[in-house]
Amino acid sequence: MNQHKTFSTVLIFAVIALLLFLQMQGCKQELNLANYQAGEEYSGGTNGTTFDNSQNAFGNKVSGLSTDQEVDFTVGNSFNRNNWVEAPSSTVARDGLGPLYNALSCSGCHKLDGRGEPPLPGMPTVSMVYRLGNGLTDVHGGQTGVPNFGGQLGNYSISGFGNEGDVSITYTEISGTYSDGTSYSLRTPYYSFQHPALASVLFSPRVAPVMIGMGLIDALSEQEILKNADEMDRDGDGISGKPNMVWDKLQGRKVIGKLGWKCNTSQTKLQVAAALVNDIGITSSIEPNEALNGNQIPIYASASSGGSPEISDKLFQQLTFYTSALAVPARRNPKDESILAGKKLFLEIGCARCHIPTLQTASNALLPQLGNQSIHPYSDFLLHDMGQDLADKLHDFSATEREWRTPPLWGLGLIPTVNRHQFLLHDGRARGVEEAILWHGGEGEFSKERFKQLSKTDRERIIKFVNDL
Amino acid sequence: MQKTQHLLLVISLLLISISSCKKDTKDNSALKAQVVQNYASIVYASYDDAVIAAQQLKQAASNFISVPNQTNFDVLKQAYISSREPYGQTDAYRFYGGPIDDNNGREGEINAWPMDEGFVDYIQGNPAAGIINDSVLYPVIDKNVIADLNEFGGETNISTGYHAIEFLIWGQDLFASSAGQRPYTDYVVGGTAQHPVRRGQFLMAAIDLLIDDLVYTRDAWAPNTNNYRKTFESQSSDVSLKLILSGLGKFCDGELYGERMLTAYDTQSQEDEHSCFSDQTQRDFVLGQKGLSNVYFGDYTRTDGTVINGAGFNDLVNTTDADLNTLVEAQFNSCKTAIDNIQSPFDQEIVNSAGRTRVKTAIDNGKALSLKIVSAAKAIGLNIVL
Repeated sequence: MNQHKTFSTVLIFAVIALLLFLQMQGCKQELNLANYQAGEEYSGGTNGTTFDNSQNAFGNKVSGLSTDQEVDFTVGNSFNRNNWVEAPSSTVARDGLGPLYNALSCSGCHKLDGRGEPPLPGMPTVSMVYRLGNGLTDVHGGQTGVPNFGGQLGNYSISGFGNEGDVSITYTEISGTYSDGTSYSLRTPYYSFQHPALASVLFSPRVAPVMIGMGLIDALSEQEILKNADEMDRDGDGISGKPNMVWDKLQGRKVIGKLGWKCNTSQTKLQVAAALVNDIGITSSIEPNEALNGNQIPIYASASSGGSPEISDKLFQQLTFYTSALAVPARRNPKDESILAGKKLFLEIGCARCHIPTLQTASNALLPQLGNQSIHPYSDFLLHDMGQDLADKLHDFSATEREWRTPPLWGLGLIPTVNRHQFLLHDGRARGVEEAILWHGGEGEFSKERFKQLSKTDRERIIKFVNDL
Repeated sequence: MQKTQHLLLVISLLLISISSCKKDTKDNSALKAQVVQNYASIVYASYDDAVIAAQQLKQAASNFISVPNQTNFDVLKQAYISSREPYGQTDAYRFYGGPIDDNNGREGEINAWPMDEGFVDYIQGNPAAGIINDSVLYPVIDKNVIADLNEFGGETNISTGYHAIEFLIWGQDLFASSAGQRPYTDYVVGGTAQHPVRRGQFLMAAIDLLIDDLVYTRDAWAPNTNNYRKTFESQSSDVSLKLILSGLGKFCDGELYGERMLTAYDTQSQEDEHSCFSDQTQRDFVLGQKGLSNVYFGDYTRTDGTVINGAGFNDLVNTTDADLNTLVEAQFNSCKTAIDNIQSPFDQEIVNSAGRTRVKTAIDNGKALSLKIVSAAKAIGLNIVL
């Protein structure tokens, strides 16, 4: 009996000691992370990072392209950058624009492979789109779109045809206060559709995201992303991390969505095909029909086609290759003391629970060199409830109105260099990193509150760190 | 004795090491500043030539519209081709966010491609297409109207610039064996197309806008003025030199031998060439290469024959790595030869095997030149990215 008791006591002590040890290890790991980590400047891993921090920072190729791949990159770049024109034209490879469209080229929204922005007051919409819906979904859970308008507003059309009108945005400033008494102001956007039939449409405004690192995201395995998923919040930390299972028409099944503001697309190839047909009006083998719905079909029946499909399979492959092969810019000052202090704070207030610093890629068939890379996207590529203030009016497969993908933060600090602005979040309402943090609600509420409690110096350190990404 | 010998040895070794140190840290700053200044002079002179040639183009267009006949039409065509000569050499000043392509830059209005033909004028199968044929929506055509329209869709490059003018003169290139075949009678009342007068107005407006844009760009490089050039010459020479070489490398690799040559070579799309209407693409290549060479060697021959011949990168690289400079110069020669060998019209070169070989040779040489430009930059202490 006595012996037994001693044994139990020893066992209990051993378990406690072990737990303490493990906890200490955990703390140690967190502290370690706050220090400079060897190679952390390689945001896109050894092979997917560029050290160009000029205005072309988002337009560089990943390393190790073969001669043929260099050709694909160059040709893909040409078709990404240059305008599509109305058919028929002398430049037959480049015609087929519209009939409805949002932009004339990929770079029309992703200027210099970068980020779009909401228009200034009174200016036309240029580098953002409006997804439309009426709440109905197809058999796979995707939005069916609005009868006679489809799934996306066509605010431009080719000559001789009418478009669906633009959207005007007005903002209302709302003010708030930090714990130290400093006040701040955030702007809430309000949208008004010109077309009378769209007055009460369900919609989601979405600016064009930066194009970098897509081949690396393609190379992330489902397991790598799911290891951070916690849809039911079983660990009780207030953070869910929900995968969006979306229909992949190439695989004919539902797979995890990794791309888009709501993780509604599973792979780069589908993203490119969808953007071509929805945003520019260019059909491809994957999307062989113009995105027209109901009455739109007879209205635009006489518009000239640029061929079927309008982009040849070869050019489509090259455009996809280009999109997949864009490198991520390296960190500029990962060893700077105040930036390291900012990183420590970023970890301490819980930002990194969704903005996961490091993930490991598995493989990419198109670009094998992007496999097995340690990358620093600062994202979990999962959905999180971001609160009612950021909610749109459309669910998207399993993403609810309030749920958004954790956007990768890599390259974020170079958006001002490339695109001369830093309007952040899905609709560009945030005027910089600070406002983007302050818009966090829902699962991000806790970290935002902690941010608000920090001193001005510490808040600036976090912002400085994020701008070094 | 032996001691003295040792001492001498030590001293001479020291001297050698001192002198080699001196060589390493050789002060090039005066030469660097000269290269920057000479570059600025060349940029100004070439844009000035472009302005003059565009004014001559305007005169030819004006004469043709007053008296639209074949003779005046041919003179107009020649004036267009001549106007491309100086401008084609200025592409080497792009790709570093200078006056031509910074946020306020006019490149998109001057030289945009591809041209949205059906947005401007009739196209095959649609005789009423375009702004010219829509007098209801566009009652007036002048340079302000087309500049505004160019912003239509929030993007530049639809209806203005050299290629719009080229299209208005030559018409759609729907022919494998020749350039566009627009008849001069498109500008004659009762001639071959609707709205001949409005077509003339569009042509004049496009040329007027082109002149404005060229003047704007030129003036940013005017000497002794409070402008871009002043900053460019007064900031650290290394900053300016790096901009120049970054632009040079990017134009060489990504644009001239990439976008313009490799893309057409690879797609084999017959009219996927920048001057498809006039079939002048091969000449564009010659001028692009000439522009690269002007910058590297610091030489430029003006339209009137005046020669600017100042300090160039060849002089600078020569001081730090003469062997490399010899290789770079040789590569410039190889590129020139390879481009001269490409036969016109380019749209035929990319579809016959002998032509494809010639184009491929030029592309390979251009690629090699791009890498040489990176090495040359490194030799003078600058890291550039293609």
